[in-house]
Amino acid sequence: MLDVPADRPALREVHEALTGRFPDSVLAGSFEKGELAETIRAEDLLPVLRFLRSEHGFNCLDDLIVLDNVRLPEAPAKRFSVLYQLYRFPGDVRVRLVVDVGEDEPLDSVVPIYRSADWAEREAFDMFGLRFRGHPDLRRVYLPDDFDGYPLRKDFPLEGKGDGL
Amino acid sequence: MAFKDIELNMGPQHPSTHGVLRLKLTVDNEVVLKVEPVIGYLHRGMEKLWENLTYTQIVPLTDRLDYLAALSNNLAFALTVEKLAGIEVPKRGRYIRIVLAELQRLASHLAWAGFMANDIGAMSVLLYGFEAREDILDVFEEYIGARLTVHGIRIGGVPRDLDEALVSRIRGVLSGIPRRLKDIRALLDENRIWKQRTVGIGLISAAEALDFGLTGPALRASGVNWDLRKSIPYSSYDEMDFDVPLGSRGDVYDRYLVRMAEIEQSIRIVNQALDKLPPGEFMAKVPRVLKIAPGQVFQTIEAPKGVLGFTIKSNGTDKPERVKMKSPSFINLQSLEHMCRGNLFSDVVGILGSMDIVLGEIDK
Repeated sequence: MLDVPADRPALREVHEALTGRFPDSVLAGSFEKGELAETIRAEDLLPVLRFLRSEHGFNCLDDLIVLDNVRLPEAPAKRFSVLYQLYRFPGDVRVRLVVDVGEDEPLDSVVPIYRSADWAEREAFDMFGLRFRGHPDLRRVYLPDDFDGYPLRKDFPLEGKGDGL
Repeated sequence: MAFKDIELNMGPQHPSTHGVLRLKLTVDNEVVLKVEPVIGYLHRGMEKLWENLTYTQIVPLTDRLDYLAALSNNLAFALTVEKLAGIEVPKRGRYIRIVLAELQRLASHLAWAGFMANDIGAMSVLLYGFEAREDILDVFEEYIGARLTVHGIRIGGVPRDLDEALVSRIRGVLSGIPRRLKDIRALLDENRIWKQRTVGIGLISAAEALDFGLTGPALRASGVNWDLRKSIPYSSYDEMDFDVPLGSRGDVYDRYLVRMAEIEQSIRIVNQALDKLPPGEFMAKVPRVLKIAPGQVFQTIEAPKGVLGFTIKSNGTDKPERVKMKSPSFINLQSLEHMCRGNLFSDVVGILGSMDIVLGEIDK
C-alpha cells in the first residue's frame, strides 16, 4: 500500500479513489518529491482518464512525456513509458499517470478526452514512433514526412544518419 | 464567378510570423475556413542534445528556446534540477531570481506590444516598446554581460549578487517604464483603427481555452484566473503582493489589455523584491560535477508566454536520462485555427500576434 503523506489530503483522496474504482488497472503507485504517479494498464487508459476528468475534475493535460527505457540498467519488459501529467484547475493538485507500451503496440489516443493532446501525440509519434489509435490526424509535427527514423529513441545517433538531412 | 475554398500559403518567410512559421490557410473569399500551422523549420533537436550534456551545460542552451525571455527558461530548468537534486536556494538568491524573471517578463511584454502593433500597422509603438525594453536589456548587460541570451540564472541560485549601484539603476529603469506605457496606451487604447482590428476578433471562450490547453496571458484574457505564481508558487512568489489581471471577452483586445496590466504588476513585484531583498548568500553549495540519483520530477513556472515546464529523469550520472520541455507557445499555437475560423483573412496576422508565440520555443 502506497503511503501518501497526510498533509497532501487531495493526492491521498485521488490515490484511494483510483485504487478503489480500478483495483486491477492500477499496477503500482509512487509518491516521490511531492509528486503522485500511478502506473496503469495500457488498455484501461481511457476509462481511467474519463473517471479522473469527470469525477475528480482533472480538466487539464499539462504534458505528455515519452521515455525510452531501452538503455536502462534493469530495462522493463516494455520499451516505452508514456506519462500523462494531469492538473486540476483551479488549485495545485497534479497527478501523473504512467503507461508502459511496447515498440509495436498502439496506444489509445486521449484526444477525445483532452483536446490539447493532439499535437503532443503527434510529437510522440514524430520523435519515438508511437502509434495512437483513434487520433484524428497522426502525422509528424516537426520533421518532414519522409524523415527516416525516430530521433529521440536512444538508438538513434546524436549526429544523425547519412548526410544528416 | 465564385471563389470557394481557395488555399493560401503564408510564410515560412513572412514578416508577421515571428520567425519561421508556415500557415496553410483555406479561405472562402475573405473568410478563413481552416488554418494549418506547419512548424519545425527551427527544430534543432534540443531534447536529444540535452541527453548528451551535463546539467550545468544545458542551462545556457535553454536561453535559445524562448529567446525573448531567456531568463524564464533558465529559471524553469534550474528549478527542475534543484527539485530533483534537493538543492535549497538561499532566500536572497530566490529574490534576485524574482527580480530577473519579472524584468524579463517586462522586456518580453514590451517587445510583444511593439511587434503586435507593428503587425497591425502602427509603427510608432514598436519604437516606444523597444526603447523601454532597451533599458532593461542594459540592466541585464550590467548584471551578467549579455543582453539577449543572458544565462543569468544558474543551478543553485544566481551567478552574481545585486549591489547597491545596480539596485538603484533597476529602480531608475522601472520608474521610466510607466511613462512609456502611458505613451503606448494613449496611442492604442481608444484608437478607432486599433479597436476595429482587435475588438471581437479571434474570440475564444474560457471553457474552450482550457480545453485547448491555452496558458498565460492569452488564457487570462478569456477570464480564467490561472497564474502559477499564485496557484503553485515557486521561488518565493508567495511572499509577493500582486494582482492577476483578467479579461472577459477573450478577444485580441483583451489579450492586449491583460499584457499591459501585467506590465504594471511586474513593476510592482520587482519593487517589492528590491525593498525586501534579504541579506545572505545568493548561491547554494552545488558540487562542481552534479550527479543526481535516479528519479523524476515535473516543474512548471509562469513564463511570459504561458506555463513553461520541464520533466527531467535522472539516472545517477551527471547527464540526464531524458529532458522533456513543455513549451507554452507549442501548446498555445494549437488553438490558432479555432480563433481564426470565421474571421477575415486580414485578421490572421493580428490573432497570431496576440498569442505571443516564439518559434525558438515551439520548435525546440
